Amino acid sequence: MREPREEGYDDLLDALESDTGYYLSCPAGHGSLPPRQVCPRCGDELSEETLPATGAVVTFTEVAVPTPAFAGKTPVVLIADFGPVRLTGELLDGSDILEVGSEVVPTVASSPGGDRHVGFRLASER
Amino acid sequence: MHAVRIAGAGSTAFSASPERTGRDLFGEAARIAIEDSGVPRADIDRLCYGNFAGTVTERQGHQGPLMAEAAGVTAPATRYESACASGGVALRSGVEAVRSGAVDVVLVGGMERMHNVTTERATEGLAMAADDLYESRAGVTFPGAYALMARAYFEEFGGTRADLAAVAVKNHRNALGNENAQFQREISTTDVLEAPTVADPLGLYDACPITDGASACVLVSEEYAENHDLNASVSVTGSGQGTDSLALQNRESLTRTPATERAAMVAYDDAGVAPADVDLLEVHDCFTIAEVLALEGLGLYDPGDAIDAATSGETTRDGDLPVNLSGGLKAKGHPVGATGVSQVVELTKLLRGDHVNSSAVPDASVAVAHNAGGTVASATVHVLEVRS
Ligand SMILES: [Zn+2]
Repeated sequence: MREPREEGYDDLLDALESDTGYYLSCPAGHGSLPPRQVCPRCGDELSEETLPATGAVVTFTEVAVPTPAFAGKTPVVLIADFGPVRLTGELLDGSDILEVGSEVVPTVASSPGGDRHVGFRLASER
Repeated sequence: MHAVRIAGAGSTAFSASPERTGRDLFGEAARIAIEDSGVPRADIDRLCYGNFAGTVTERQGHQGPLMAEAAGVTAPATRYESACASGGVALRSGVEAVRSGAVDVVLVGGMERMHNVTTERATEGLAMAADDLYESRAGVTFPGAYALMARAYFEEFGGTRADLAAVAVKNHRNALGNENAQFQREISTTDVLEAPTVADPLGLYDACPITDGASACVLVSEEYAENHDLNASVSVTGSGQGTDSLALQNRESLTRTPATERAAMVAYDDAGVAPADVDLLEVHDCFTIAEVLALEGLGLYDPGDAIDAATSGETTRDGDLPVNLSGGLKAKGHPVGATGVSQVVELTKLLRGDHVNSSAVPDASVAVAHNAGGTVASATVHVLEVRS
């Protein structure tokens, strides 16, 4: 893990790893991801809410020319819709059956370079 | 408000020139633009300079003073950074400075040098335009981000890789004879479709190249142009800028670019023109899908309708609305921090009649330049008009 920790971001990754994912919401229901001081859309105050267990894939790609942190890999990255928020991350299994609309479960992944980031597993593979 | 004229414009050749330093590249573009303008260097009141990755590729911060020196100018100088829109925001700052009456003469420009580092390092540098925590660390590259947008577009509106290939084929054809262009050769639809995949559905020929180069323009107030009897027939009549969430995941739609929409609305309103008045455009085609998104964001096509604009010939050289007659980022090249200014250099020449493709638009009077940063989290739009 990158040192020092990054408050908010690493806290969310820890939560995703223990299946207790959350997102931030303002009173108007605008979802966002940490770290945030205020709602990015209306500037109102934020509370932590439970992240739905699965999200639906909105779009994806396999990156054939990766950054040095992913040297030797061709990561499949996707954006999944959880309702109040969307999350971007790396697919860790099932890329051969991935399609737009697939249900995914968020977790934590590591790049060969050692950084942690949001990962996903196909819900159907669990 | 003081009207703004373009007194001079110039670019280096766009190419892979790993051995040329940034200061040398910008110095050349500035020299050409200043010579083209006929304005004495001592009259330049300000330098607004765009650069994106110089702190990574040349380990060079604080480039404002360095580039003023390279241009032979002692005026206050500032570097602007908004990823691929760095040149556009530098230009906009210069336009606003002249309009406000604060200054009479501004040198605007930009430079990027990327071939002196490995492709991996350049890819990493370009990825810095994205959200580090939520995108770059997850493996999203610059082409990867546009691939995410392209697939979302296909899902929502349809369209094929062949439609996107038509954009690349068109822009390569436009670059033929443009002596500053990086690629002055035609490509076929088959070339595009059979090129190696970079991030599916996008292949190598859907992407603009990595480019070294610089561009510059001399902006003057109308009063200065008149008092000094300058030949400055092209005016900047509209300027707009828009901002969106940096990360794709924070946007409501992956197929709309509201930063472009907002920038265009402001710029059109500013100039008193409507999309239907536009005769030609240079738009930010860093990837083929980006040209499609730009034309829709600029209000020239409804969402979902620009996908076959190139296929149908509407945006080709001989079409009703020629787009990227310079070759665009795709074939002219994309020296990131210079691109927003280079578009205006090309349009100025196209409107003045001294561009290799001026013959395609002999009666044009209204041109639009659209420059975008990252996945269009930043966008600038400028309206150029011919004035007597
Ligand atoms: Zn809110």
